[in-house]
This record gives sequence, C-alpha cells and structure tokens, in this order.
Amino acid sequence: MAKLNLLLLAVLVACALGLVTSQNRSRRLFSDLEREQGRARELDVDYGRLQLEASTWGLHQRVEKIATGALGMRVPDPRRTRVVTPEPAR
Amino acid sequence: MNAPTQGLVRLPVWRARLMLAALVGAFALLAARSVYLQALKTDFLQEKGEERYSRVLEIPATRGRILDRNGEALAVSTPVKSIWAIPSDVELSAGQRAKLAALLAMSPAELERKLADRSRDFVYLKRQVAPDVAQAVEALGIKGLAQHEEYRRYYPGGEVTAHVVGFTGVDDAGQEGIELAHQDSLGGRPGSRRVIKDRLGRIVEDVGSIRAGQDGTDLTLSIDSKIQNLAFGALKTAVVHNRAKAGGVIVLDVRSGEILALANLPSFNPNNRTRLSGAQLRNRVITDLFEPGSTLKPFTIALALETGHATPSTLIPTAPGRLTIANYTIHDSHPAGALTVAQVIQKSSNVGAAKIALGLPREAMWDMFRRVGFGAAPQIGFPGAAGGKLRGYRSWHPIEQATMAYGHGISVSLLQLARAYTIFARDGELVPLTLVKTGAAAPGDKVLSTAAAREMRAMLELAVQPGGTGPKARIMGWRVAGKTGTAHKQENGAYAPDKYISSFVGFAPASAPRLVVAVMLDEPSAGEYYGGTVAAPVFAQIMQGALRLLEVPYDAPLEPLDAPGEAEEAKEST
Repeated sequence: MAKLNLLLLAVLVACALGLVTSQNRSRRLFSDLEREQGRARELDVDYGRLQLEASTWGLHQRVEKIATGALGMRVPDPRRTRVVTPEPAR
Repeated sequence: MNAPTQGLVRLPVWRARLMLAALVGAFALLAARSVYLQALKTDFLQEKGEERYSRVLEIPATRGRILDRNGEALAVSTPVKSIWAIPSDVELSAGQRAKLAALLAMSPAELERKLADRSRDFVYLKRQVAPDVAQAVEALGIKGLAQHEEYRRYYPGGEVTAHVVGFTGVDDAGQEGIELAHQDSLGGRPGSRRVIKDRLGRIVEDVGSIRAGQDGTDLTLSIDSKIQNLAFGALKTAVVHNRAKAGGVIVLDVRSGEILALANLPSFNPNNRTRLSGAQLRNRVITDLFEPGSTLKPFTIALALETGHATPSTLIPTAPGRLTIANYTIHDSHPAGALTVAQVIQKSSNVGAAKIALGLPREAMWDMFRRVGFGAAPQIGFPGAAGGKLRGYRSWHPIEQATMAYGHGISVSLLQLARAYTIFARDGELVPLTLVKTGAAAPGDKVLSTAAAREMRAMLELAVQPGGTGPKARIMGWRVAGKTGTAHKQENGAYAPDKYISSFVGFAPASAPRLVVAVMLDEPSAGEYYGGTVAAPVFAQIMQGALRLLEVPYDAPLEPLDAPGEAEEAKEST
C-alpha cells in the first residue's frame, strides 16, 4: 500500500512539473508571437510611410518639371508617333 | 477529588466560561469575516487580484488608404505622437523650457500659458508631431510630460486631388469629400482584448478578446492621377491666363461611367489646412449650379430630331437675328438668314434653338431634361451633390421654354452636364457615374434613340470645325465633337451684362467615343469670354493628353490643324 502511494506521489510530482514547464513554454512562445506581431505592425507602418514617400517623390508635377526642365524632354508630335496595335493572342 | 488539593486555588467557574465564550466569539468573528470575503466580496477581490497581472489592451484601427485607379496613394495614415502634460506635475528648468518650446515650435510664453492652469489634469501641448521631434522631447526627460500615439493622414496629391479625396479632422474621422462619404469602410472599428502580462511587462497569455477590432479597408478610386494632374494643370493655366474667379473640369470614361479626373480651382493643400476659405473648399463641379447656356442646346434639338419635329437639314428662319416673345427679345450675336438645324448647333443660334423649342410640347421637353438627369441629384456617393433647378412644365411660359432651349432659366452642375453628354457619346444611353474604380463597362439607360444620338454627334462634330463656334477644341489625330457655352451670370435675380460663365463640353474620338470632358470657367476677365476662346483650348489640351495616356487609337489623319481665322470662328452670345 505504501509503495503504491509513493509511486502515485512520484507520478503526481512529475505531472505537476510537466504542467509548469509546458505552461512556461506556452507563455514564452506566446510572447514571441506577440513580439513578431508587433514587428509585423511596425513593418506595415513602415510600408505606409514608404508608400507615402514614393508618392511624394513620384508626384506627377515633380516628374513633369524634371523631365521638361532638367532633362529637356517634351511630348512628341503625334505625327512622329506610331500606334502599334498588338496582334490578338492566339 | 474529595477535598481541594493543597496549594491549588479553585478558580471560579465563570472564568472558564468567559474564556470559552471569548474563543467561540473570536472564531465566529473569523468565520463571519471569511464568509464576507469569500462569499460577498469575492468579485471585488478577484478583480483586484487580476489587476495585478491582467491588462485590457486597446487595439486601434488603422484608417484605410485611398488609392487612385493605378494603385498610387492619395491618402495614407501614418502614426505620429501627441505630447501632453499634467500641469501640476511639470517641473521645468528655464533651459528645459526654452528647449521644449523650440522643439514644439511655439514661443516660451505660449508654452507657459498652456501649463498655467494647474487645476487641469490633462493638457495637450502639441498634437501630431513627427516621430523624431517626439523622441527629442522624450530625451529631455521632463517630469509630468507624456506622449501617446495617434494617426495622421497625409495627402501626397496635395491641391491636385484635394476636392475629390477631401480630408479628415484631428480625430481621424472624415470631414469632406470621399473621406466623409466612405467614412464607415475607411474608418474601421477599434477593438480591445484582455491579456496577462508578466513581471517584465511582456504579454504571456491572451485571455480573450472583448471586442474584435477591424482595420479600415483600402479604397480604390476611379481617378487616374496622371489625367487628374493634367486636368488640374491645364485648368490652372487657363484660370490664371483668363483671370477667372474659379474653374472646374471633369473627365468621364464613356464606357464605365468612371470619373477619371475632377478638378476645381481655387484649391487648397489638405496637408496644411490653416486659413481655409469656403471658396477654396467647394467642390464646384459637383456642388455648384450654374446656367449652362448654349451647351444645353443639343438636348432640345435632339428631342426635335427624335420626335420627328425636325431633321438635320430642316431650314429654320432666324432672320433678323431677333425673336420677341411677350416683352423679351432673344438675340443672335451673328444674325444669319435661314439656318439648317445642323447649322443652328454649329453657329449656336439662340433664335434657331428657341424656334425649334417652341415647336415642341413643353411636357416632352421637361421630360427630356429629367431623363438626362437634370433637376435631380446624381447618385455618386459624394456629399453635397447638387440636383439643380428644373421647374415643373405646367408653370412654363413660352418665353421660358424658348430660353431653356439655349440653357437659361435652368441650372445644372458641371457633373450633371458632362453626364448628360454621355447620351450622344453612347448612342442614346445615359451612364451612371461613379468615383470608385469598377474597371468594367456599365449598362446605361436608353433615353434617346440611336438615330437621333448619331445625328447629334455629327452636328457636334461640325460645331468644332472651322465655321463652328469651337474650332479651338480640335486636336491632331482624333476627331472631336462638342459644344461651346457662354452664359451671362445671374446676379441678384438679373443677368449681369459683363460677367460670364464660359464652358465647353465634348467627347472624343468621335468615331467611337471614349471620354467626355467638360470645362467651366467662372468670370473670365482678361478680355476674352467666349466658350470657344476660353474653355475650348483647355478641353483640347486635356482631351489630347488623356487620349494619349489611355492609348486610344487615332481616328483622324495626322495633319496639322489649319488655324481658324477670326472670320471663320463663329461667336455666340449664350
């Protein structure tokens, strides 16, 4: 009887330790997940900021000004352009 | 037992009883207390316990982006910091105060004033500062100062797209334009969740969400920012050149009803909205009504063609260039003898248009105006869309019926006018307009017979040829059709003799129309005021650029346009 009790005690202690460990692991993993999600949010914010920057650099007024001013480009005369109609895909 | 033991004093019985009672009483007290704590106050205590480790986190919703049809950003939210203070906790040295004031771009006196009211617990020092400024403020390490994150909306398009996109207020809620119209889908819904934090403040467990949040969804507009920029630029040049008070332009895709560009002047910079006037904020194309003048003639005449009251070659006597009805006289600026119906459009004869209108039943004419969308606000999902004024036909007098034929006594918005012209571009179908990208052809409402629409299209093409009122609207490579308008402005119920609204509405390529462009200039005051001189060149510039950007095939020979001489260009008075 005493032997069985001792065995059960050992099993109980082992189970208890296992529970604590797995709980700890799950919390650690969760905090990692949380951190990565935070990073994802930050990256999203960065993406928005970069998109904004791209739009600002690529403003049509700015592009036009640089093209006509600094690069001396101009819209070609329609007579000097040729419209190519792509052949329908087979 | 029989006799008291030597040396022991027998204690009175009450003492033992008292002790017992005291002990029982103490136990009872403890039991009562524990019942009180365990049973009655348990919720409160558990809550207090949970407070030590569990937290409720707010999940802010990011506002959706607004994009143009090619995915270019027109409005983007990005987080910024707001700096606030608890005035009674703030301790500032003179040096810190100067530094802080400089960082926040305010005078030390202004900073002092904000911190003066010590009874308040919360004072914003500055909202929406850039991240680097916020970091510098934090580095000062001033007690009683705190920061929290907010979103700020940026508009890369600036004044070019200001009227369409609109803007949000400081609380990130839409106030104008698309931002207001689509507030629900753009705004999203903030949520919150309960989590367990450890000693170091890390979140270790998600207990559950209290309210599921949802970020705002992105919105793709029908606007093409290249065409928008082209239209805004052309309009701006024309407004400055003609010293006009204001101007508006709209570009429509005939097939899908999408609004590719919509620009107004004066405009404003939505990123810096200090000192804004109502005139700058108004989206004239959509919300302002005006008497369109001659640009309305095609509708009455198309009705006459459809009902068989006239054919393009029917002769209308317009001599001597005057027509008196009741005690009002209609004038032609260039009197001619007899004109065909086609020439009435080409030369923009008021007398001719009035005579044709008087031959039509007023109910049919009213019905025609209703069918093309006048007098009713268009359903385009934009705040403040104007419907215009169209009086019931029962109250029309003959003179009103005659003046309405050439666009007086009826008011429309430029958007309505441009939309109405889709019936000529689409063989009689009126297309519903949209500001949101659909990318697909939209079904239209058949409001005019195909034959009448095609006849009118040919007449409108004639109107931009030499001898018509709008040869300056022609462009090399594509056939154009359109109509000029020069209307006297109404002021205090009377027509001002020297104030005009010049307009041009047209479409191209005439062989298979793709775009409708409408241009309006309010009070051009640099000498010229005819629609054919002031508005038609703007139309040509925008139409040519837009057709090139959309890679629309040429339908006209690539020959230089012969510059029309002054004599060839017919002038008009409405």
